[in-house]
Amino acid sequence: MFKIVNAQFIAPGIKRFVINAPRIARKQRPGQFVIVRVNETGERIPLTIERSDPESGTVNIVVQSIGKTTHLLNSLETGDSILDIVGPLGKPSEITNFGTVVVMGGGVGTAMAYPTAAAMKRAGNRVISILGGRNKDLVILENEMRGVSDTVFVTTDDGSYADKGLVTDKLRQLIENGTRIDLVLAVGPIPMMRAVADMTRKERIRTLVSLNPIMIDGTGMCGGCRVLVEGKSEFACVDGPEFDAHRVDFAVLVQRNAMYRDAERRSMEAFKRECELEKRKAAEPADEVACALEGK
Amino acid sequence: MPTTPPKTTPAKTAPTKKSSNPVPNKERIKMPRQHMPEQPPLVRAKQFTEVNLGYSAELARQEALRCLECAKPTCTRDCPVGVKVKDFVQLIVEGDYLGAAAKIREDNVLPAITGRVCPQEDHCEGACLLCKKGESLGIGYLERFVADYEQQHFDVTKIVKAPPTGKKVAIVGSGPSGLTAAGDLVQKGHQVHVFEALHEVGGVLVYGIPEFRLPKTIIRQQVDYMRAMGVEFETDVVVGRTVTIDELLEDEGYDAVFIGTGAGLPQFMGIPGEHLNGVYSANEFLTRINLMHAYEFPKYDEPMVDFRGKNVAVIGGGNTALDAIRSALRLGAGKAFILYRRSEAEMPARIEEIKHAKQEGIEFQVLAAPLEFLDDGKGWLRAARCQKMELGEPDASGRRRPVPIEGSEYEIPLTVAVIAIGTTANPIVQTTTPGLATTKRGYIQADETTQKTSRKGVFAGGDIVTGGATVILAMGAGRRAAKSIDEYLTTGQWDQ
Ligand SMILES: Cc1cc2nc3c(=O)[nH]c(=O)nc-3n(C[C@H](O)[C@H](O)[C@H](O)COP(=O)(O)OP(=O)(O)OC[C@H]3O[C@@H](n4cnc5c(N)ncnc54)[C@H](O)[C@@H]3O)c2cc1C
Ligand SMILES: Cc1cc2nc3c(=O)[nH]c(=O)nc-3n(C[C@H](O)[C@H](O)[C@H](O)COP(=O)(O)OP(=O)(O)OC[C@H]3O[C@@H](n4cnc5c(N)ncnc54)[C@H](O)[C@@H]3O)c2cc1C
Ligand code: SF4
Ligand code: SF4
Ligand code: FES
Repeated sequence: MFKIVNAQFIAPGIKRFVINAPRIARKQRPGQFVIVRVNETGERIPLTIERSDPESGTVNIVVQSIGKTTHLLNSLETGDSILDIVGPLGKPSEITNFGTVVVMGGGVGTAMAYPTAAAMKRAGNRVISILGGRNKDLVILENEMRGVSDTVFVTTDDGSYADKGLVTDKLRQLIENGTRIDLVLAVGPIPMMRAVADMTRKERIRTLVSLNPIMIDGTGMCGGCRVLVEGKSEFACVDGPEFDAHRVDFAVLVQRNAMYRDAERRSMEAFKRECELEKRKAAEPADEVACALEGK
Repeated sequence: MPTTPPKTTPAKTAPTKKSSNPVPNKERIKMPRQHMPEQPPLVRAKQFTEVNLGYSAELARQEALRCLECAKPTCTRDCPVGVKVKDFVQLIVEGDYLGAAAKIREDNVLPAITGRVCPQEDHCEGACLLCKKGESLGIGYLERFVADYEQQHFDVTKIVKAPPTGKKVAIVGSGPSGLTAAGDLVQKGHQVHVFEALHEVGGVLVYGIPEFRLPKTIIRQQVDYMRAMGVEFETDVVVGRTVTIDELLEDEGYDAVFIGTGAGLPQFMGIPGEHLNGVYSANEFLTRINLMHAYEFPKYDEPMVDFRGKNVAVIGGGNTALDAIRSALRLGAGKAFILYRRSEAEMPARIEEIKHAKQEGIEFQVLAAPLEFLDDGKGWLRAARCQKMELGEPDASGRRRPVPIEGSEYEIPLTVAVIAIGTTANPIVQTTTPGLATTKRGYIQADETTQKTSRKGVFAGGDIVTGGATVILAMGAGRRAAKSIDEYLTTGQWDQ
C-alpha cells in the first residue's frame, strides 16, 4: 500500500498526487515512470514521475482522466492509498549540455516533460519551453516550467489564453527565425509528437519523443509495449520511453493503442454507472462525490 | 501413525524395512493405474477451474499399493531433488498422510505444485520400475494428494525452526527457485526477505501457468505457509531499478543475496507483421489472463481482444504453448490450434497436457510454421502465411530438425496469434550489478553445485542460470543455493 500524502486537481480532470514511496523517490531520474495498480481488480497503468523528494520519500504523479483507471485514480483523495506502485522504470533521459533544447509539452505531456526540462537546465542548456493546451485551463505547470526555462511560449487551440494555435506553430516560428536548436523533446498526444517529428526531420534537428504504448509489467516481460522503430520492435518500457522521433512508426503506435477500445469503453461506462449509483446513495451535492467525473 | 494396521503378512520380496503393503508383489504388477478424476472435457473447456480433481483417500491407497518398494528405487534417482518416493508412498498405505507429506518435504518444499506440474514422465515416473511391466506408479498424483491433505489438516503453529542466526538474506524473484531457497533458509534460522517485481508472489506459477492447471489458491497457501515460518515478502520491487544488489548488500545489511529472476524475456520470431493487433507473446497473453484476470473481465479491468468464435493459433509446442491455446479455448475461441514446426513426438510439453488439450478439442497442426502475419488493411491480424516442414537430421538438442518444404506455403485465417517459442534472460539485474559474470546469451554464471556467482555473497539459480527449464529443476537449484548460503553465512568462507 502506498499512502497519498496530497492530492489536488491542478486543472479540470488533471490531478497531482504526492505519494509516499521512499524506495522509488531515492532512485528516480528524469524521464522515468512508475506503474500503478489502484486496487485488487485494477489494471496496471504507466505514469511519469513528475518530481521526487528523496528526503521526504515522496514521488509526484500528474494524472489526466482518460478512461476507467485514470478516473478511478483521480477519485482518490489525500489520505487514501494506492495498492501497487512500482518503479522507477524506463531509461532515464539523456542529460548533457546539448546547447539549446526546446521542450514541448502538450496537455498533461507538460508534466511528463517537466523533470527532463529541469535537468536540462541544470546541465547548462538554454531551455526554450513551448506549452500547449486545448484551452486556458488545460495549460498546466506554467509556473514550474518558467522556473526552469530561459523562455516560455504558451499556445491554446482556442486562443482562450496566450497565443492561439498549436505548439508546432511556435516551433515553426522559432525555426523560421533562425533560432539555433540542438535538441527538441516533445511529449504529448501522438498527433502532436508526429507533427513535431515531421517538422524537425526536414530541418535535421535531433528530436526525442516520449511514447505511451499500452504496458503491463514495465520490465520487459510481456512485450505488449513494443513499438516499431525503423522497422524493428523495441520495448518502450525498457528501451524507452524516449525514442528518436524520426525513426518511430507513429501509425503503428496509434493502431496498437486502439487495440482495446471496445473493452475500455465498456469499463468506462460501467464505472460511470457505479458512480451514479454511489452519488444517489450518498445523497450529497454532486461536487462532493468522490467520483472524479468532473472535467469531462 | 498407521491408522489401519497391516493384517496380512508382507510379501517376501519386499525389501529393507518391514512393508505394510498387504498385496504380494506379483499381484501389485497386475493392478491397474488409478485414473485421475477430471472434469469432462466439454465442461472444463468453458471454464478456468482445475481440470484434475484429485484422488480420494481410497484411490490414493489403491494406487499406493502398486508400488514395488524397489531396493534401489529408480524413481528417487531420477527425481531432480531426490524425493523419497518409496517411503512416502508407504506412509500413504499406512494412512499416515501428514507423515507422507513431511517425508516429501524433506526434499521438496512445494509438493502441491510439483505434484501438479512436474514432467513426471521425464523424471520419477519415467524411471519407475512399473513402467517396464505396464504403467508407472502415479507418483505425481500421490504427491498432490498428500500435499492437498496436508494443506487442509496441518497446523502451522507446529512448525519448528532453528534459533535466529542474526543473518539476513535477500531473495530476488519469487518463482519456485526463490521460494524454495527462502523456505530452506528461514528454517535454518536466517532472516529472509523476498523481493518481487510484480504485484503478486509466485513467478511463472502465478503469471504463466493457468488456473485450470494450477489454482492460485495453491500458491497462496504455500506462500502463507512461508509467511507463517517468518519469510517476509515485498512486492513491487524491481531489483536493479528500485534497489540494486549492491545496495542490498551494502546499505540494507543483507549478508547474502540469491537471484532467481527466471527467464522472463519473450522471444519473437522476427517475421513480418508481428506488430499487428492480435499478435501476442505468450507471456503477454498469459499474463493478461492469469495475473491480471482478463478471463474475469469486466469484474477485473484487464481487457483482452475479443476472439469469441474466431480462429486462434499458438505457435510452439511446449507447456507455455498449450497453456495459451487452452486458455484461448476457454475464452471462447471458435477454432483453437497449435502450430508446431516439428512433430508431436518432439513436443516438449507434458504428456498429460497434450492429452488434455486433445480431449478438449485443440487441433494440432504439426510440421508447420508461420512465415508472415497478414494485415487486414487496418492494422489487425487477418491471417498467417505458413509453410510445411519435414524432419531432417537431429540438431544439437537431439531432436530432429525441421526442414521447410519448398512450395508448400498456405494461408490460415486468424484473429489472434500467440507466439510461444521460448524466452530468454531479462538483463535488468545483470546490467546493474558490476562484476556479475554472465554467459554469452546473458544468463548468470553460477556453480552447478553451490550456485555461487562471480560476486562474493551472491548466488543464483533457476531459469536465470539454466534458461527456461522446469519448476522442479528451479527448486533443486534453490535448495542447493540455500545449503551453500547457509554454509557461507556460518563459516564466512567464500572460495570458488
Ligand atoms: C511511459 C508512459 C508514461 C505516461 N505518463 C503519464 C502521465 O504522467 N500522466 C498521464 O495522465 N498519463 C500518462 N500516460 C498515459 C496513461 O498511462 C494512460 O492515459 C492510461 O493508461 C489510460 O488508462 P485508462 O484506463 O484511464 O484509459 P483507457 O480507457 O484504458 O484507455 C484510454 C487510452 O489510453 C491508452 N492506454 C490504455 N491502457 C493503457 C496502459 N495499460 N498503458 C498505457 N496506455 C494505456 C490507450 O491508448 C487507450 O486507448 C503515460 C503512458 C506511458 C506509456
Ligand atoms: C506458461 C508456462 C508453463 C509452464 N509449465 C510448466 C510445467 O507444467 N511444469 C514445469 O515443470 N515447468 C513449467 N514451466 C517452466 C517453469 O515454470 C519455470 O522453469 C520455473 O518457474 C522457473 O522458476 P524460477 O524460480 O527460475 O523463475 P520464475 O518462475 O520465472 O520466477 C522469477 C520471478 O522473478 C521475478 N523477477 C524477475 N526479475 C526481477 C527483478 N529484477 N527484481 C525482482 N523480481 C524479479 C519475476 O517477476 C518472477 O516472479 C512453465 C513455464 C511457463 C512460462
Ligand atoms: S518432485 Fe517431481 S520429479 Fe520429484 S518425485 Fe515429485 S513429481 Fe516426481
Ligand atoms: S521405482 Fe516405482 S515401483 Fe519402484 S519404488 Fe519407485 S515408485 Fe515404487
Ligand atoms: S510493458 Fe511488458 S514488456 Fe514493456
